[in-house]
Amino acid sequence: MESLTFRHTTRKPLPGAVQSAITGVVASGNLEVLLERVLPPDACEVSIETPVTGYAAVWEAVVADFVARAQPGGLRISINDGGARPDTVSLRLLQGARLMEA
Amino acid sequence: MTDWRSEARLRDERLAAGRAHAAGKVVPAGAAIDLLEAILRPGDRVCLEGDNQKQADCLARALAACDPARVHDLHMVQSGIVLPEHLDVFETGVARRLDYSYSGPQGGRIAKMLYGGQIQLGAVHTYLELFARYFVDLTPNVALIAGVSADRDGNLYTGPNTEDTPTVVEATAFKNGVVVAQVNQIVDTVPRVDIPGDRVDFVVEADRPFYVEPLFTRDPAAMTETQVLMAMMAIKGIYAEYGIARLNHGIGFGTAAIELLLPTYGERLGLKGKIATHWALNPHPTLIPAIESGWVKQVHCFGSEVGMDRYIRARPDVFFTGADGSLRSNRAFCQTAGLYACDLFIGSTLQIDLMGHSSTVTRDRVAGFGGAPNMGSDPHGRRHPSDTWMKAGREAQTVGDPLLMRGRKLVVQLVETFGDKLVPTFVERLDAMELAKKTGLELAPVMVYGDDVTHIVTEEGIANLLLCRDADEREQAIRGVAGYTEIGRGRDRAKVEELRSRGIVRRPEDLGIEPLDADRALLAAKSIKDLVHWSGGLYDPPAKFRNW
Repeated sequence: MESLTFRHTTRKPLPGAVQSAITGVVASGNLEVLLERVLPPDACEVSIETPVTGYAAVWEAVVADFVARAQPGGLRISINDGGARPDTVSLRLLQGARLMEA
Repeated sequence: MTDWRSEARLRDERLAAGRAHAAGKVVPAGAAIDLLEAILRPGDRVCLEGDNQKQADCLARALAACDPARVHDLHMVQSGIVLPEHLDVFETGVARRLDYSYSGPQGGRIAKMLYGGQIQLGAVHTYLELFARYFVDLTPNVALIAGVSADRDGNLYTGPNTEDTPTVVEATAFKNGVVVAQVNQIVDTVPRVDIPGDRVDFVVEADRPFYVEPLFTRDPAAMTETQVLMAMMAIKGIYAEYGIARLNHGIGFGTAAIELLLPTYGERLGLKGKIATHWALNPHPTLIPAIESGWVKQVHCFGSEVGMDRYIRARPDVFFTGADGSLRSNRAFCQTAGLYACDLFIGSTLQIDLMGHSSTVTRDRVAGFGGAPNMGSDPHGRRHPSDTWMKAGREAQTVGDPLLMRGRKLVVQLVETFGDKLVPTFVERLDAMELAKKTGLELAPVMVYGDDVTHIVTEEGIANLLLCRDADEREQAIRGVAGYTEIGRGRDRAKVEELRSRGIVRRPEDLGIEPLDADRALLAAKSIKDLVHWSGGLYDPPAKFRNW
């Protein structure tokens, strides 16, 4: 098991007012993403629990690209990973952000 | 005096020895080992029919049980290494040399035996290439083939899985070889004659029906959103743009997703009748919704697929069928069709390097090629134009007189950037090169060479290699769709953005596709059961795909 945390500053808060959302499931090759609007509007924190070790650099790149694209200011995001591929992680993060914008 | 009939005399000797175990041409299953020991000679070239799907398994078991003191050092020349017995013969010494095409299910074991030196490997061929060599320098002395039924004269009904049989028999029977067929049943009259009886020397009534591998059944329930996204990009960014009417699909989930998106996403884009009308393809169950929706004009098949027989019989306008109503497949002709008469091949692979070379060989698996190198190559002997072929040709060639321009076949690799267990698809160096070095092969087993590939589609986007003007652009275009693999993260971001501005790299948003719209709801069928419904109950899936 590996625990990773990435903190980013965003240019703007994520639009919308939904306080929390959850998407995905913890299953092999999948992941569960919990999003909570609990941080200052220019902050985003992503913490990851993954059974697959040695992919910190990939997680860092995936999270950085997501933050640059979605500008998820205000969100604390917790990921329970089931060994998902990076593209699945990106997709779930974007799906989660969309749910929070609703 | 020159002896012009030595081969024919040897054939007569083999037949005379074999007849001791036969009543006319018919041999009981229990005497199969005796028959093979009687007709085989040490060092013989033997084609033990192992096709992509149909397996001469009764004869394979008999050959593996032959006494190595009598039958040894055979040179196996068969397209598929599929059953354990196909490799057992190399452990006992019955066989020594091997020339083949495809080894999917035995890929792991064949790799071990190659590294261990138990097999003297000639080459890993494409199907057409191996078939061609049957007529030049790998002509079988003995062919052991499989059919559904035979009459007492040896007339053979292969059933829908005709596959390689006519080719193997042609090469063997007309060059002084001996042909032995295993059949499920001896009958008074066969439903149709796929192989005339005067080309078949012995018929073995098998102890059980021959094994057929359901190789082309992809369960829609297992398709992911990523595969749906890639299928959307392929349809909109390639099929629609080049107007692809004549095509061949590989075996993977990505291309199966394309088949299932035609009646939904393709319909929405107004593409019905404009793309995907004429196919060289096995009867994929996932093509049923497109056929039922009127997309598909005709399909010629390499082989059949388990469970599709009744459906095919009910759709003779679409499929090639015999006088008895069942499918007539033919691997050699369908490979030729895919090579010369299709404008696009799209398939998957396990590794792609920075030049675009791809291979399905990994450190511990040698899966072989099957037909992919032929389907996935630009045939230099092609002389007929089509709009698709000409458009691709214009993209590749910018100088010179248009009248002297060659068209280009579209060869598309549809891959997810990471495979099973997070193994990256994009690599600096193909494992195939390591295998070649370790086993002393002169050629690395490359499936599709980089200069034949025109597009690479991943979940990150489409790289159009036709438009790349030098090796550096090509490398950055490949890195530009390689996602979060090391290759992808090693990209020159500015260069990739420049390629994007020229349409060489295209993201989903450049194609007007929102990745969050890539929903499984777009699949015309979401389960095997849905496919059965689409077929009006005619598709009869194998038990392992029935989960209801």
